[in-house]
Amino acid sequence: MSIPADVAVGTELPQQVYRVTRADLVRYAGASGDFNPIHWNDRVATAVGLPGVIAHGMFTMALAGRAVTDWTGDPGALVEYQVRFGRPVVVPDDDAGAEVTVSGRVGALLDDDRIRVDLAVTSDGEKVLSLARATVRLT
Amino acid sequence: MALDRDLVGRSYPPSAVYEVGRAKIAEFAAAIGDGSPLYRDAEAARAAGHPDVIAPPTFAIAVSLEAAMVVLDDPDVAIDYSRVVHGEQKFAHHRPIRAGDRLVATTTIDAARTVAGNDLLTARVDLTTEDGEAVCTATSMLVARGET
Repeated sequence: MSIPADVAVGTELPQQVYRVTRADLVRYAGASGDFNPIHWNDRVATAVGLPGVIAHGMFTMALAGRAVTDWTGDPGALVEYQVRFGRPVVVPDDDAGAEVTVSGRVGALLDDDRIRVDLAVTSDGEKVLSLARATVRLT
Repeated sequence: MALDRDLVGRSYPPSAVYEVGRAKIAEFAAAIGDGSPLYRDAEAARAAGHPDVIAPPTFAIAVSLEAAMVVLDDPDVAIDYSRVVHGEQKFAHHRPIRAGDRLVATTTIDAARTVAGNDLLTARVDLTTEDGEAVCTATSMLVARGET
């Protein structure tokens, strides 16, 4: 994909729905080096008061980033990216896993041919990231 | 335990060099399910104006989070690691990380405060090449939940 030439405040990104299973969390743990057992071990997760195994916040951040970089075409155009981790994404031990839904819209046109994209990221109907914003260079 | 505000501005010695490999970038891209050829195919990356395959925007965490942990090892930082969760994350990319980069991470405490019994600590990790070229600034806000 690529950013439309008439991009403006309010332009919406295509909504994306990502499925996250336990296998995805194991793979992300290995690739990122984050082996905290709350992301793969129910016994540890529940012992620290979580409802069960949860996705790495950074994994959710990466999925939301994909919604932006799939839209820009060039991932190198994403020059700033920030999120606040709100609620965890609980990933059940079944084949369906959890769903993460990412919506985005252009929130501002910035100097130097850049735009700000504001993201809304939910799982199971609850917002999981807040203040999720990406700055994208257009040229 | 309350965090000492004097910690703000404290900086730690630079990390050992982290060499970014093509296989590691491809592994990370596969783990986040991202099929972009710019992470795998050097020709496609060059056609898009990059000298080699580039890394996904959040790949920097694989380098920066370990570097940020130097803060929690500081005996002056009275934080219980077992109660730490990731509160916020920000990346400012001065240019994309790419295969072949030899990165050095320097960690600085940007903010330290205690709010409602929770300790909030912001660690900034500046990733540069060995030669000093700025590549990425990765800022992590860590929250140590109070014992209430």
